[in-house]
Amino acid sequence: MSQTTGTLLSPPPVTGGSRRKGRLPRWAAWAVFGTALVLVAGIGLPAGLALALVVLFTGVLGTLALYVLSRVTENRRTATDRLVTCVVVGAFALAMVPLLSLVYEVVSRGIGRLDGEFFNSSLVGVIGEGGGAYHAIFGTLIITGLTALISVPIGLLTAIYLVEYGSGRLKKVITFLVDVMTGIPSIVAGLFAYALFAIFFGPGVRLGIAGAVALSVLMTPVFVRSAEEVLKLVPNELREAAYALGVPKWRTVVKIVLPTAVAGLGTGVTLAVARVIGETAPLLVTVGITNATNLNPFDGRMATLPVYAFYQLTQPGVPPEFAIDRAWTAALLLIALVMALNVVARLISRFFAPTTGR
Amino acid sequence: MTTTNAPQTQPPRAVRRLGDRLFAGSARGAGVLILLVLAGVAAFLVIDAVPALVAPAREVPGGRGVLPYVGPLLFGTVLAAAIALVVATPLGVAIALFLTHYAPRRLATGLAYVVDLLAAIPSIVYGFWGIVWLAPRLVPFYRWTEAHLGFLPFFAGPASVTGKTMFTAGLVLAVMVLPIITAISREVFAQVPTLHREAALALGATRWEMIRMAVLPYGRSGIIGGAMLGLGRALGETLAIALVLSVSAGTVTFNLISSTNPSTIAANIALQFPESSGIDVNTLIASGLALFLVTLAVNVIARAVVNRRADFSGAN
Repeated sequence: MSQTTGTLLSPPPVTGGSRRKGRLPRWAAWAVFGTALVLVAGIGLPAGLALALVVLFTGVLGTLALYVLSRVTENRRTATDRLVTCVVVGAFALAMVPLLSLVYEVVSRGIGRLDGEFFNSSLVGVIGEGGGAYHAIFGTLIITGLTALISVPIGLLTAIYLVEYGSGRLKKVITFLVDVMTGIPSIVAGLFAYALFAIFFGPGVRLGIAGAVALSVLMTPVFVRSAEEVLKLVPNELREAAYALGVPKWRTVVKIVLPTAVAGLGTGVTLAVARVIGETAPLLVTVGITNATNLNPFDGRMATLPVYAFYQLTQPGVPPEFAIDRAWTAALLLIALVMALNVVARLISRFFAPTTGR
Repeated sequence: MTTTNAPQTQPPRAVRRLGDRLFAGSARGAGVLILLVLAGVAAFLVIDAVPALVAPAREVPGGRGVLPYVGPLLFGTVLAAAIALVVATPLGVAIALFLTHYAPRRLATGLAYVVDLLAAIPSIVYGFWGIVWLAPRLVPFYRWTEAHLGFLPFFAGPASVTGKTMFTAGLVLAVMVLPIITAISREVFAQVPTLHREAALALGATRWEMIRMAVLPYGRSGIIGGAMLGLGRALGETLAIALVLSVSAGTVTFNLISSTNPSTIAANIALQFPESSGIDVNTLIASGLALFLVTLAVNVIARAVVNRRADFSGAN
């Protein structure tokens, strides 16, 4: 350009004149995408283009235009940089599409039946309108509670072993296999529990407790991992101080380490429960479904919310619309439960975290 | 007397008592129990699969024995998972880059939490979403691909009118494994030493050149490990596939947009198990055993890759 002063003091341009060219102003990107939007919307909307496609084409057109513009006025390297920025931001925007559309669909379709009857009645004698998921809600709560009852002690003891006692080969093997276990398909856990209980109760067994065992196979490794991380965070000085006072190791763990880590452990339990509460496949093969209220996990089939939603949607009966509505409300309830558990987990870690103030 | 010269490396030791032994014993017992459960999963599946393996081929569903029954299912499982990975891996890496290197520092934590929410949504809800939202929206796309790309075997058609195709199922799986790949890649990208990045920038690299030279090589094993963990999840996914895929038994085809598709192992178990009895159950468990072995292998390799990076990264 018109660079007349300071040419002697500034270093000479090295990379083939890349510095002599200008830089696009900050608003250039916005301007390019704005123009692209106006163009696509102006041509596309009258021609009956869907709104989603307008956004998509705007993104593609804007990105290409910005790349060409930068290539002309700036240089190749900056142009590539801008192209990648557009792609990366676009990828994030693309990932938000399923989340937003999913939440919108579930809320708008499920909100209609979110009434008192849904929480108060089961499906006994219900054909068509009405009916609820009372039996399924309590079934889910009971089975998930049992799962936590099995998984938390085992998981906590394992984490204590790995952090406080474990050494050498056994520790390495357990750590690795716990990691591997987090990847077991949920349906395989269900088949395992079915096979285990079929030995005692004969083939075709359906029990609430079998579902709890299946879910425990999924929940325990998740909880072990988080509990291990939390216990590792407890400062070693606390343990050493206890030892120096002559406190036995097991009392140190119970009285010093666990109370210090209790907030993190609470968060870990809550997130692990959130992980298994929406599991459908293992319950489908171990617990089955029923229309009546059965709150005894040691006596036959129970209803659970995810399985209830599955059967209401896939086998709605005649007329189908009422059962399908119930299925969506059950799905909404599931999402709400999982989100609530996630929020609770965050609150626990925020409000019960140990004060390290000094 | 001689304690003043005790070696400093000795960890502090408490006195061993009965309580200690009990507590240590139960802690070790819990750890061993986990190993036993994993072994038990394999053992029980094998025990219950054997009757199907030794039964005459005519009695197995499909009438041609276990292997011809499981084969197409395994093919469908791998095909759906492959589509999911092809879509989700680049997307997940790009999102991880966005969260670690592009998004404003203040927003990044919140946005990362939003991506993690994708992992919290139960798989059956993804199935619901796939049926009513995704599948109908893809039907015009399938018609278009059949008309214009029909010469490729993937898009041979005839295009499904419901959208319940293998491609749809793969996309739903992609959404489900996206948070896994993103989370692992993000973790690795955030650990890239600041010195590496600053050195690249100081040499005059643009942001993308810095990422290509410093971040991606450092994070490669994290990306691979994350993709393999996503693969493990995609292989075992059940209800979402059972809902969004319209299947016909025994099909083996690369045609992604028609309404005749191979089922997957997990979805097939979920759909058939409740109404099965006798040798049918054993056959389903045999297919479950195949799924277990495949996912186990994938997870073992993935964890080995991820852990190997942790050993050499120098970040800890």
